[in-house]
Amino acid sequence: MKVNGDVAALDVEPWVSLLDALRERLGVTGPKKGCDQGACGACTVLADGVRINSCLALAVQYDGQEITTIEGVDHPLQEAFVRNDGLQCGYCTSGQICSAIGMLAEHAAGMPSAAGGSGALTEDEVRERMSGNLCRCGAYNGIVDAIMEVAR
Amino acid sequence: MKPFAYVKPADVEAALHAAATEPGAKFLGGGTNLVDLMREGIEQPQTVVDVTGLPFDTVEDLPDGGLRIGALVRNSALAADPRVRDRYPVLSQALLSGASGQLRNMATVGGNLLQRTRCLYFYDTTSACNKREPGSGCDALDGFNRSCAILGVSDSCIATHPSDMCVALAALDAVVEVRGTGGTRRVPVTDLHRLPGDTPEIETDLAPGELITAVELPPAPADSRYRKVRDRASYAFALVSVAAALEVSDGTVTLARLALGGIAPKPWRAREAERLLTGGPADEAAFRRAAEAELAAASVRDGNAFKTSLATATIVATLRELSQEGAVR
Ligand SMILES: Cc1cc2nc3c(=O)[nH]c(=O)nc-3n(C[C@H](O)[C@H](O)[C@H](O)COP(=O)(O)OP(=O)(O)OC[C@H]3O[C@@H](n4cnc5c(N)ncnc54)[C@H](O)[C@@H]3O)c2cc1C
Ligand code: SF4
Ligand code: FES
Ligand code: FES
Repeated sequence: MKVNGDVAALDVEPWVSLLDALRERLGVTGPKKGCDQGACGACTVLADGVRINSCLALAVQYDGQEITTIEGVDHPLQEAFVRNDGLQCGYCTSGQICSAIGMLAEHAAGMPSAAGGSGALTEDEVRERMSGNLCRCGAYNGIVDAIMEVAR
Repeated sequence: MKPFAYVKPADVEAALHAAATEPGAKFLGGGTNLVDLMREGIEQPQTVVDVTGLPFDTVEDLPDGGLRIGALVRNSALAADPRVRDRYPVLSQALLSGASGQLRNMATVGGNLLQRTRCLYFYDTTSACNKREPGSGCDALDGFNRSCAILGVSDSCIATHPSDMCVALAALDAVVEVRGTGGTRRVPVTDLHRLPGDTPEIETDLAPGELITAVELPPAPADSRYRKVRDRASYAFALVSVAAALEVSDGTVTLARLALGGIAPKPWRAREAERLLTGGPADEAAFRRAAEAELAAASVRDGNAFKTSLATATIVATLRELSQEGAVR
């Protein structure tokens, strides 16, 4: 697979998750292991531009795909998170930013949401679409502000 | 995770062959349920047959006005499909109310249909659970059973089926297409899952090695809705959910379809309520009578007794909403 633009030739057992392959085999430690069961979003990466939870992904299933982690991200969201206090401890941040990039692309492509629609991105929309990313520090207001700033 | 062999067949024959001949084989879709359960040691397949390379990832119109959904269509893609949003809003809404953006991008239709219960004791391998270990007992009966089922339960298991999508499919009379080495068969989605009885470990009508290839929807009812009640606003399983379709003419209900989630071991088609609604007035009192009749058979425990009134109120609210909007034709 390609990781952040570089070809990574990996020989992993089928039971190795994409998250463990990135962190333990490739030393790409941006994606974090919060719960290892799909419930927190700290492990969010982009696979061919689509946001996924790398802890529930078997690395072998992503053979040949282009994986982007926070290390490969160069996006206005990063500055916006700092400006808007979108973090405290920072543990969830790499997942928040990868998720937000995927989310903005989904919204631009017309993906609807349970918050009502596929029209303009409101604060409610951001909260609903980002609900797969928890923040134990409760930096949600800053996270939403940062995303809204970039979306505008 | 226990070691296993991994194969990714390129065609359906190879997938069926692998499932039939490899010992302890299990299909893998998006992995969001199976990988989790394998990590916990609850599922221990010896061979994992990844079906995501099979060509069942499209949504197609059927000649009768229905829709054919490939089993590998991702939950997010199905929710966003313009035909689903336009003609089957209940299905799009149910999908969007489930899990998270990331998980919906991974999850497949086939995997969603066959996802297993979220009963806490099923997940906790130190607890007694007849579903995980037949004959060991059920710690949910007198334990933390707030999320457990109230209809269709037995003394051996009170777990719910956790899917939102399936509740919408039940209300829509969806049919599941299943392929095995012996050929193809079609199963109404309401017959796919089984009630626990004395064998809660047997959850579906599928034989080992049978592959779900598609789901077919008949032509859509006039208007439909999904309403989900849960402990937080998003990213939580349903305590109660309602999928409903209603058609009203001159104040009289001409068509009613109702299915419930979060309250039964399978997506629960509320046929008794439908029978009472059909031909009756489209008013609040009638909606309440129908809901109460459906829930009359409820068997509650200490922690989940609230679900009877919650389900009744949610059914009434959903039907009221439908009767007040565009459904009058
Ligand atoms: C944190 C979290 C929150 C969630 N919240 C919700 C929620 O609110 N509502 C909800 O409805 N769901 C929720 N889910 C569950 C999610 O919807 C399911 O995990 C998902 O739909 C399963 O699809 P999959 O393709 O990943 O299945 P997999 O994990 O790949 O497979 C699941 C099962 O289906 C079998 N299978 C897969 N495809 C086929 C096929 N084509 N034919 C035969 N067998 C097959 C597998 O062998 C396995 O037994 C949540 C999950 C998580 C982790
Ligand atoms: S309710 Fe069912 S799944 Fe839960 S502990 Fe009892 S037997 Fe197991
Ligand atoms: S570590 Fe993957 S969702 Fe929590
Ligand atoms: S900043 Fe600490 S968990 Fe989000």
